[in-house]
Amino acid sequence: MSSAAQKKSRRRSTRTGRRHPLATVALIAIGLLFTGGAYALFNSTSSGTEAVAASQDQVDRGSKLFSANCATCHGMNLQGTSAGPSLLGVGAAAVDFQVGTGRMPLQNTGPQAPEKPAQFTTEDTAALAAYVASIAPGPGLPEAEYLDGGGDATHGAELFRINCAMCHNVAGAGGALTEGKYAPSLTGVSAKHIYEAMVTGPQNMPVFNDANLTPEDKRDIITSLKYLEDNPSPGGIELGNLGPVAEGLFLWIFGLGTIVALTVWLTARSN
Amino acid sequence: MTTTTPETPTSTVQPGQVQPGTQGGAVGAISNYLDERTSISAVVKEFGRKIFPDHWSFMLGEVALYSFVVILISGSFLTFFFQASMAEVVYNGSYVPLKGLEMSAAMNSSLDISFDVRGGLLMRQVHHWAALLFIASIVLHMLRIYFTGAFRKPRELNWVIGFLLFVLAMGEGFTGYSLPDDLLSGNGLRIIDGLLKGIPVIGTWISYLLFGGEFPGTQIIGRLYTLHILLLPAIVVALIALHLVFVVVHKHTQYPGPGKTNNNVVGYPILPVYAAKAGGFFFIVFGVIMLMAAFFTINPIWNYGPYDPSPVSAGTQPDWYIGFADGALRLIPPGWEWTLGNYTFSLNVFLPVVVLGLFIVAVLLYPFFEGWVTGDKREHHLLDRPRNAPTRTAIGAAGITFYCGLFFAASSDLIATHFKMAMEHVIHILQFTTVIGPFIAFFIAKRICLALQKKDREIALHGFESGRIVRLPGGEYIEVHHQLDAYERWKLVSFNDYQPLMLRPNDRGEIKTSQRLRAAVSRWFFEDRIAPVTRTELEAAHSHGDHGDHGVVEAKDEAMGGAPHIRS
Repeated sequence: MSSAAQKKSRRRSTRTGRRHPLATVALIAIGLLFTGGAYALFNSTSSGTEAVAASQDQVDRGSKLFSANCATCHGMNLQGTSAGPSLLGVGAAAVDFQVGTGRMPLQNTGPQAPEKPAQFTTEDTAALAAYVASIAPGPGLPEAEYLDGGGDATHGAELFRINCAMCHNVAGAGGALTEGKYAPSLTGVSAKHIYEAMVTGPQNMPVFNDANLTPEDKRDIITSLKYLEDNPSPGGIELGNLGPVAEGLFLWIFGLGTIVALTVWLTARSN
Repeated sequence: MTTTTPETPTSTVQPGQVQPGTQGGAVGAISNYLDERTSISAVVKEFGRKIFPDHWSFMLGEVALYSFVVILISGSFLTFFFQASMAEVVYNGSYVPLKGLEMSAAMNSSLDISFDVRGGLLMRQVHHWAALLFIASIVLHMLRIYFTGAFRKPRELNWVIGFLLFVLAMGEGFTGYSLPDDLLSGNGLRIIDGLLKGIPVIGTWISYLLFGGEFPGTQIIGRLYTLHILLLPAIVVALIALHLVFVVVHKHTQYPGPGKTNNNVVGYPILPVYAAKAGGFFFIVFGVIMLMAAFFTINPIWNYGPYDPSPVSAGTQPDWYIGFADGALRLIPPGWEWTLGNYTFSLNVFLPVVVLGLFIVAVLLYPFFEGWVTGDKREHHLLDRPRNAPTRTAIGAAGITFYCGLFFAASSDLIATHFKMAMEHVIHILQFTTVIGPFIAFFIAKRICLALQKKDREIALHGFESGRIVRLPGGEYIEVHHQLDAYERWKLVSFNDYQPLMLRPNDRGEIKTSQRLRAAVSRWFFEDRIAPVTRTELEAAHSHGDHGDHGVVEAKDEAMGGAPHIRS
């Protein structure tokens, strides 16, 4: 709706007097609703598709943040140094995952960057992602429709067991890798970060690109993980979902411990 | 401490006479009815008057027995619903994340037990927790027997039976673990398959025989089921019965103490005290298992999903009692295999099997070994305090260290993640623990035992320190020692003392190699020993201190550099 139409309606109402006095207000309201709705629609579809849609402001801001916080290791032009890999082509998804989960900036060198509280705000993270994506194309941020956890949990759990469980454990409880590296627990990790990890393969994780696992497959995997997270074990307390080791430890310490305490009590002499 | 006999009316009733049911009422009448037909009163009288000594560690075997009863009850329930078949079916039960998935009938029925049979999940968890407790209590019971020397004559065979029960229980556990045909159990079976195939020459054929062809085949679940619910339980029940018969025949052992000898048993009779205690204890054990099963998930097969040979989950471990075997495989350094033509000799798989086999045989035969070393043919009904058999205790400590090294290796990945270590470091530490650790443990345990014996001896002879320092008129300081009473002292001075075997020629005047070997082992066993305090030593130590009502005050000669005793 344009201002021309508004003028037109006003002109009509003043000139003829045949319209209801509130017609103008109603028309304006309808017009605003249209423009606002259209803008919102446009906005929501554009955010998912490509980081290209990021504004120049965001990229500039990201560039400054990058120079201040990341360039020491990754180089002023993302080319990488001896201390950190090149970020050319890693895409917005990699930046959002690494910075959004607090893994970057790295606090100290070690076998693996651990998850820690995120050090940048959501806007700063988005700006960094926009900047890195603007230098060289790479995997973009995942689209919201794949993150809703509304997929096929059965299929997702099967894919998870085949592709992910050997490192992350069937229940996503995490597991050990060689030389102090590990696959982290997936409990409490947001759907977006899970998706981004699959697409970008952070640290020791392999990349599961869309030819390997389609976006729908990834959505199913996220669905099955969210199911496990949202539904507590039907058998009672899970003991960390760590399998027979946790069960054995529990049995020896608490089960047998209780029993031995009871035998001592049973054979105690009364004073 | 009373010994009561059950009251069973004797049958003196003439034929045709109606017996007045006065004595004992209905119970009396029923017992009379039974007794007249079975003469059971003699058994009840004999058995009911059996005396059992009271100590908490004597109840560990009972825990095993009771958890086995719980296993039988819950297991019978599970058999009503379980289908031991590997036929492919499509899961259509109530657990959403598995719906529509193809799986074996065994997995399908296990899921149905968990989600669609009322009380099924509780029963599954009761069965599994009880199984873990069963074997854990067997281990603890066995350690008690070992460290107190309860395996000595006449109980060597009962040790063997008990140990076979332990091995069978592990077999029961493993077959049961494999039945649900979920991912975890399939991975476990794959390892067993690998172990079998690692046996030179015949391995592959044994594996084919067991699985009915190449792994996994379509046979194994049915076969394991037969073993799990028929053959193994039958042997276990028979051996438990024999084990208990031997306990009755041998009478129970007891800890040394005043009034306790090799020829008596001090304690309470079965009826009524022990029958009540043991009966109540059964329900306590049952209750603890029930609580665990009600509140703690065990083996969530719904997470693991149906078996598929391709995925292996991180944190795939056997139940704890098979952990030592899994750990042995993890500790073997990589690359221990060589090829001869087109034949691979996998020492990295075969060596753990051999070592574990030898370890099991060594534990099984230990009573005979010790009997051979001591040459002691006497019956022993009085237990040893572990410190009074230093070498045995040290061997036990070494064995535990070896076992624990292997056992913890099975969880090396979880140790690495939870203690923020590198997996390789964990493995190397545990390799050290398993190979060198036993020697260190042996040395330390033996020294601790000898030190404790020395302390006992010191206390028996000189009493314990009161903490009161007295200055004598001459200016000398002494510390007042309190004497033990006779009961306390008895525990410290009465124990078996063995000396190294003397090497003597036999009738023909020759010394055989076997004799030399035996003498050498005996020397290793008993060369470091603290002799028990003799009566003469005790009298000598106490005579000079006996001074009327003031108690005994004497100087500690060791503390004063071997100076003569000072009397107060």
